[in-house]
Amino acid sequence: MLVPHPESEAAREVHAAWHKLSGQRRFYSFLGFALLLFALGGSMWFADTSNAGHFFDRLPHLFDFLSWLVPSDWNDVWRALFDIASPHDNGTQEFNFALGRVPVWGDFYFPEYFQLMLITINVALVSTLVGFVGALCLCFVAARNMTPHPWLRVIVKRFMELMRAFPEIVIAGLFAAILSIGPVAAMIAVGLHTIGALGKLFYEVIENIDMGPDEGLKAAGGNWIERVRFAALPQVMPNFVSYALLRLEINVRASTIIGAVGGGGIGEELKLSISRGFGAKTLALIILLFLTIFAVDQFSAYLRKKLVGDQSFMIKA
Amino acid sequence: MTTDTSSLSIEQRFPEVFHQSSLKRFAPLLLLLGVIGYLVYAAWFFDLPKIMREGHWERTGLYLSQWISYDIQPDFTLTGSTIKPRFPKYSPLGDDPHPDWVIQNADGGYTILVDGRGRTVTFNKTQAVMTNNGEQVTVALSANVPAIATPLPAWVQIKSDQVIADMGYWGNVRITSDRVKVSKKFLGWANFVFDTDSPFFGKSPVEVVKLIVAGPELKPGVSNLALAGDNIWNNSEWQHGDVWTKLAQTIVMAFLGTICGAAIAFPLAFLAARNITHNGYLNQGLKRFFDFMRSVDMLIWALFFTRAFGPGPLSGSAAIFLTETGTLGKIYSEGLENIDDKQREGIQSTGASSVQVQRYGVMPQVVPVMISQTLYQWESNTRGATIIGAVGAGGIGLKLWEAMRTNSNWANVFYMVLLVLAVVFIFDSISNALRSRLIGRTR
Repeated sequence: MLVPHPESEAAREVHAAWHKLSGQRRFYSFLGFALLLFALGGSMWFADTSNAGHFFDRLPHLFDFLSWLVPSDWNDVWRALFDIASPHDNGTQEFNFALGRVPVWGDFYFPEYFQLMLITINVALVSTLVGFVGALCLCFVAARNMTPHPWLRVIVKRFMELMRAFPEIVIAGLFAAILSIGPVAAMIAVGLHTIGALGKLFYEVIENIDMGPDEGLKAAGGNWIERVRFAALPQVMPNFVSYALLRLEINVRASTIIGAVGGGGIGEELKLSISRGFGAKTLALIILLFLTIFAVDQFSAYLRKKLVGDQSFMIKA
Repeated sequence: MTTDTSSLSIEQRFPEVFHQSSLKRFAPLLLLLGVIGYLVYAAWFFDLPKIMREGHWERTGLYLSQWISYDIQPDFTLTGSTIKPRFPKYSPLGDDPHPDWVIQNADGGYTILVDGRGRTVTFNKTQAVMTNNGEQVTVALSANVPAIATPLPAWVQIKSDQVIADMGYWGNVRITSDRVKVSKKFLGWANFVFDTDSPFFGKSPVEVVKLIVAGPELKPGVSNLALAGDNIWNNSEWQHGDVWTKLAQTIVMAFLGTICGAAIAFPLAFLAARNITHNGYLNQGLKRFFDFMRSVDMLIWALFFTRAFGPGPLSGSAAIFLTETGTLGKIYSEGLENIDDKQREGIQSTGASSVQVQRYGVMPQVVPVMISQTLYQWESNTRGATIIGAVGAGGIGLKLWEAMRTNSNWANVFYMVLLVLAVVFIFDSISNALRSRLIGRTR
């Protein structure tokens, strides 16, 4: 590297300019950091004062509430999970494990919690499929390089933004009022949100494709549908499926949460169980939920790796 | 002929395209059949046809119209000495309304314009005459049960002792032998600024401004400006103060959770990245820890902290914080594992300490990516905090859920939805602007 003589005029000028610049940068970084700290402190104070219990009052008792979680008999966790009658059954809801059995054939039954988990997973799967199909139909209209008409693009983009930002619980609540409370309302809510979320990711993928095949099809006289089908779709499909799998992970969680606010499934049961303080039942539900989410995550990560290689994905909602 | 040979030559040149294995050829079809099969199963599983058939679809329009309209339902008792309109206790019109669509007639009866002059009901103690776009139906009220002599038109129904007249979108009339009930719909949000108890109620904006600027004190000892502010903030129907406080709580929940999660995940990610910390057990242990934090869902954390700290934004922040530690830890460590090693080696070769290597060899590469990912998570958590709130973690979610559960306050729901949408859009654009500046600067 060519270093000018330290005494030279040019070197001094460069030195001064660099000092000024780095000083400025440091000042702005410091200012930004101070602002962030200030906002953080303010938020903490606000969150603490408007909470029912205060942080430092409750901190020593943070783990007190875990005491109810410890079941009197650890075997009850497995009994709760598989609906095996408990010797502690005293007629209360805390130990009525065998009551929830879903009969299949004769003496065979499907355990209640597995049934609830199945509902939640089905909600997530169906809403991801609905969202995938909806987003697939809309994304080519919303992509700058494939849109049939710029006006249409703006409308579809706004629609997708609205779907993405609209609070899911409101859609779920509205459909719960129309269709009666249950998983179908949750499914519609999560599905509509998925259309918006996937649609955005999809059209961003399309805007980055290689336009060569598209030009070829245009030159050969292909119409819009043919261009989409044969030029764009083969390029983007692996990414689309990969994003849909990522969305499935998010939707399993989302349908659990929506379930807790009245959408049925395992979320509702978990909320009831925690609010009533049923130790064994809560542990059983947490184990089941944790294992399911973990399995879905790992399975989806494995499939995504097969589809698009090691490319790591940003998690966007 | 030429096309044949050319297609033949293409087939010869690319045999693998034209002669794929049958599995590969039919894979898309099989996949499609599988998906359709699954959807059929799901429809059976959720009993979809039955639910769709039994759905109260007529409510959809009603609820949606309630988002932007309100009803006023005066009630007239015919048995007393004189007929007097009675408005429900919390009617948006205040204590003593004399709306111009309720007209007292000379005989002591009333005429109510349900929808202009075309759809009206005129009644006294003996009979009621309903007019619907030129059609007239007379209801005799002298017997125990209201009677109609003429054949019923489609818009009039008789249910036991009640005559129900559907006056279209804008209202309806219900008549029993001793009572007339009218429901009239108005567009807009009633009393959005001042509720009926406020001294400013029913005044035009100009009058209100005049009162605030130069009017006499309406409440002794309190300036009119402070009074107006207090009346708006504590509006009993719209609860602006409460709604905005809850909205702030939701924003704070997302902010606190994301920032704290990022602060914890950042150092841990350096320990979890296998190219930075050469300790397989530590790497794997930390990665499993991140997976664990992510997999024990936000919902479970929220429910636990609601029990620990009580309902409120503290519980929500704690739930988002723990989930976010896992998510951001995973993203950060993946980002660190994808960096270019040359820059680190360069710094190392100058004899820099381990901390300096991270600071000058690693950080410049990953910090923009990390900040951009954190912004994405912040956006997503702002949305997520609404839902988490509904399970008891506080914020606007809970308020929304409570307003919806009663099925009567859809206008309030819509108000809160608009606020949430505005917040999400504003935060989206802030984070987009920050992100594009950040990435624009480094590239």
